[in-house]
Amino acid sequence: MDFDLMITSFPKLLGATVVTLKLLSASLFFGLFLGLFFAILRLNKNIFINKFAYGYSYIFRGTPLLVQIFIIYFGLGQIEYLRTTFLWVILKEPYWCAIIAFTLNTGAYTSEILRSAFQTIRPGIIEAGKSLGISNKIIFYKIQIPIAIRQSLPAYGNEIILMMKGTSLASTVTLMDLTGVAKYIISTTFKPIEVFIVAGGIYLFMTFIIHNVIKYLEKKYSFQQ
Amino acid sequence: MELLSFGKTGWGDELFYATLMTIAVSITAMMVGFFFALFFTPLKLSKYKTLNLVGNFYTTVIRGVPELLVIYLFFFGGSGAIMYVASIFGYYEYIEINAFITGSMAIGIISGAYSTEVFRGAIQSIDKGQFEAAKVLGINKFGQFYKIILPQMLRLAIPNLSNVWQITLKDTSLISVTGLVEIMRQSYIAAGSTRDPLFFYSFAAVLYLLLTYVSMKLINKLEVKYSRGY
Repeated sequence: MDFDLMITSFPKLLGATVVTLKLLSASLFFGLFLGLFFAILRLNKNIFINKFAYGYSYIFRGTPLLVQIFIIYFGLGQIEYLRTTFLWVILKEPYWCAIIAFTLNTGAYTSEILRSAFQTIRPGIIEAGKSLGISNKIIFYKIQIPIAIRQSLPAYGNEIILMMKGTSLASTVTLMDLTGVAKYIISTTFKPIEVFIVAGGIYLFMTFIIHNVIKYLEKKYSFQQ
Repeated sequence: MELLSFGKTGWGDELFYATLMTIAVSITAMMVGFFFALFFTPLKLSKYKTLNLVGNFYTTVIRGVPELLVIYLFFFGGSGAIMYVASIFGYYEYIEINAFITGSMAIGIISGAYSTEVFRGAIQSIDKGQFEAAKVLGINKFGQFYKIILPQMLRLAIPNLSNVWQITLKDTSLISVTGLVEIMRQSYIAAGSTRDPLFFYSFAAVLYLLLTYVSMKLINKLEVKYSRGY
């Protein structure tokens, strides 16, 4: 065991954790809106809209995240037309490509989580809102959405942890996130176990925090108070 | 379409073999995972706190750390660990482990952590009376597990195991970083030499979708088979 290496690599890895957290928070933020949007499309009665939303979530849940990142980072640059538009400013940066891929991926999972949450809301609750003369829009925003969010908290907590692990793939498109820096230190020192313990410890610490925050929120917003 | 033709001019045959490799790694990893699950599930269900701790440590660490980091640990640390063990037995030559073994071990350990959780859940949801009845009939511990608990557990575990299979299948794409030529690595090579990454990565995505679709259909059949009589 090389404890000196563990101590000297800790600040470097901690610095890289900031990149990981940035990627995670950005993709979760955009992914939540995307997920909500597609969950609403899934509940639409129009069969084409419904199928479109289903296709989106099926494709992004059925393929590895690595393929998605590679298509966006290596693949999209190949389209000549894209290079002339302003989108190229975003797509030439690995950072934004990673965020786009993560957003699309987590959006697909989130849409499934939210859809099932919407579907488990008892119809009586919506009927109660209607009989009180509340408009459909307000029923949706003030009744359905809050209940759905509470329903989906446990599953969404898992999704956050999965996404945090997913951000490690950013290292494959040259980003120096926690895994990227860990790999760099391993390949220069050939001490995989020491680096794994430190980097893995940081990841586990983040998992622990996320797990407990979700648990706290679940308790706070539980139906039986 | 020319790019996908078989033979020397196209990448069809290479991608076909790469797909077989992905399937082979996934199945091996799943088997390795079952092996780990068979070892760690009893630990998690044990009466003894220390054994529980060992079981929980395994599932928590593996499920809380990115797959890629575990793969790097195996890729860079695998041959070192083997050589260390070999040196105890007096063998000091350089040993290189092949990418297939490293990859399926790494993915297997990850898949094992998920399988352990699935088995634990399935065993815990079996009626307590079944355990007691087996005990009363004087069946020994080994027989209790393999003849009575396991068949019932499988029925409950299959739907969740199909999720584990999907995760494992998708995780194998990460082994491409170690150089094993599976779908992802082959697409990377093809994309590099034809300068057509969009086409090859999209095709890789289609291959993965096909694999997940076909395996879902097969697992559904299995599910029907194991829930006969319910």
